[in-house]
Amino acid sequence: MPVTGYELTHLQMLEAEAIHIFREVAAEFERPALLFSGGKDSIVMLRVAEKAFWPAKLPFPLLHIDTGHNFAEVLNFRDHRAEQLGARLVVASVQAAIDAGELTEDTRPGASRNQLQTPVLLDAIADNRFDAVFGGARRDEEKARAKERVYSFRDEFGQWDPKNQRPELWSLYNGRHRPGEHIRVFPLSNWTELDIWRYIAQESLEIPSIYYAHSREVIERDGMLLGVTELTPPRPGEIVVPRQVRYRTVGDITCTGAVESTAATVDEVIAEVAATRITERGATRADDRVSDAAMEDRKKEGYF
Amino acid sequence: MAELLRVATAGSVDDGKSTLIGRLLYDTKSLFTDQLAAVERTSRERGDGYVDLALLTDGLRAEREQGITIDVAYRYFATPRRSFILADTPGHVQYTRNMVTGASTADLALLLVDARKGVVEQTRRHAFLASLLRVPHLVLCINKMDLVDFDREVFEKIKEEFRHFAAKLEIVDVTAIPVSALGGDNVVSRSPSTPWYDGSSLLHHLEELHIASDRNLIDVRFPVQWVVRPRSDDLHDYRGYAGRVAGGVLKPGDDVIVLPSGLTTRVAGIDSFDGPVDEAFPPMSVTVRLEDDLDVSRGDMIARPNNRPTVGQDLNLMVSWMVDAPLRRRARIGVKHTTRSVRAMVTDVSYRVDIDTLHRDETVETLALNDIGRVALRTTSPLCYDPYRRNRDTGSVLLIDETSGATLGAGMIL
Repeated sequence: MPVTGYELTHLQMLEAEAIHIFREVAAEFERPALLFSGGKDSIVMLRVAEKAFWPAKLPFPLLHIDTGHNFAEVLNFRDHRAEQLGARLVVASVQAAIDAGELTEDTRPGASRNQLQTPVLLDAIADNRFDAVFGGARRDEEKARAKERVYSFRDEFGQWDPKNQRPELWSLYNGRHRPGEHIRVFPLSNWTELDIWRYIAQESLEIPSIYYAHSREVIERDGMLLGVTELTPPRPGEIVVPRQVRYRTVGDITCTGAVESTAATVDEVIAEVAATRITERGATRADDRVSDAAMEDRKKEGYF
Repeated sequence: MAELLRVATAGSVDDGKSTLIGRLLYDTKSLFTDQLAAVERTSRERGDGYVDLALLTDGLRAEREQGITIDVAYRYFATPRRSFILADTPGHVQYTRNMVTGASTADLALLLVDARKGVVEQTRRHAFLASLLRVPHLVLCINKMDLVDFDREVFEKIKEEFRHFAAKLEIVDVTAIPVSALGGDNVVSRSPSTPWYDGSSLLHHLEELHIASDRNLIDVRFPVQWVVRPRSDDLHDYRGYAGRVAGGVLKPGDDVIVLPSGLTTRVAGIDSFDGPVDEAFPPMSVTVRLEDDLDVSRGDMIARPNNRPTVGQDLNLMVSWMVDAPLRRRARIGVKHTTRSVRAMVTDVSYRVDIDTLHRDETVETLALNDIGRVALRTTSPLCYDPYRRNRDTGSVLLIDETSGATLGAGMIL
């Protein structure tokens, strides 16, 4: 068997592909933005973007849709990273939209602000005239995402039409769109949760501390461990217990559960993720448990 | 660990493809318990008599309601040896379009045949499309061997029949494996039921396949994607050309030519965030600096002076047409080739290939949805291209509707 020596590791392949996507978008769109939440996927995405344009700075701003229900560690991390890169950070606030009377919050028990992110995101895209928005979504995360393109076309309402997607061949991406339409771009489409963690290790990337095991007061609700916070107080009858936990995803505090874990380092997290038998969203995201097609329905309306 | 392997598979419900994929995922521990539980629940609610693993990725509402697969689904699995991306395409609706899409990036095509039926029309179609897209490796899984008592004769006969057909298609590497997806025979490990078979199990074959030499490492091709100009105090003279190597091995000091201008210079250095690069090869994304200050921009191609792509405006293509409105002579369309976008006019539709018989129908004047045929285009400005058979990156084009922006089809340069 001939061995050429001209081989890349699978992380190098995934990185090279993502860099290519970043550069295509920067070259073909007028006003891209990168969704940066301070979560692990967006941290990885930002590092790849940094590599794509190095030694120049990012040719686009960062955009965060702030639900007002974020973990403080994650927001601090977001600001710190933007400053480090000298990147412009645009924050669109769900709380501000509620305060201005533009949105009505569902305050029933169990409701989250997940649905409210979509109009705020779409307004931010329109107000800033963004024509391409990078997201850190991966195809291994969820069934609806498994069929989404790297370039996901959105109409003037921000809607995704799963039945009418452009075929995507080779590494030739079609970014054509008309005024008012935009493209969501997912450079990490082909990465898995394990790839994300291996890349964090390879690149020695800083990530918010809540991804690592720590002691936290939690309650058990709907089979998930929910941290006790001002936003998620225990309901009558629920018992608060201290547990060693970590977060696999960091979304809205009100609907993101923790998992029991002793993984305190990147390598321990990798070992844990490699052995785990439950998807990250199945384990910890109440928002995806609404129905089999919960993600699809949200995406059609313009969700991430 | 071996390189990431991209596998394209296609087939209908009853050839056992879902079962085979399910088994690969399950046996490599890539299937999660909540995914499996959800699939079991939905199968039960729908009243299926079995767990339908297609539901793992048929996540769209319409698919679940109608029990169909409407699009290419990507699944991911890994073993300690290698990571895999599996592009799974449905066997019926929009079959050609989806298979062409899945095969465009594949290193290997996985074809299934039912041992009781042998090579059927669909098998020939799969093989033809895999060869058209020049997928370098093909595995023929002769499935349901348990239903023919693991009979060697059956296996050899089907294998021979397929080889006979594949010889017409220039498929280089064909491997036939006798399997039973249901029982797991020869899927992950060698089966005691086929002592006469001395090849690898499917998974072992996928793990060990060498693919780096499938790439063109001879003809240097570097399509310029983006010009890096930091414009900062310490780097105000920096000018780098960012792109992804599409062929060959590029090194600092190499003599190069920039096309289509034809200006020559030398590579001053190859940069990356992780440090200087001694040798850039496909599919690396790097930034190239040139010794002379030339006018180079996106869409230009860097090659070697003694090994250049064709620079021209007249292209002959095999086209896979993907929309309802037919492709006609004189149509004006957009073309995206490497990092260059141009406009073009269709100057000829010469023939349509019947993908079941491989017969060329030269009486046609248009190509309809899911048709494959030979087309000539004239572009408004020159492209720097190679035959697709020589280089998948510099030999492929997207055809685009200039008004709606829709992708109309895919073209492979002859």
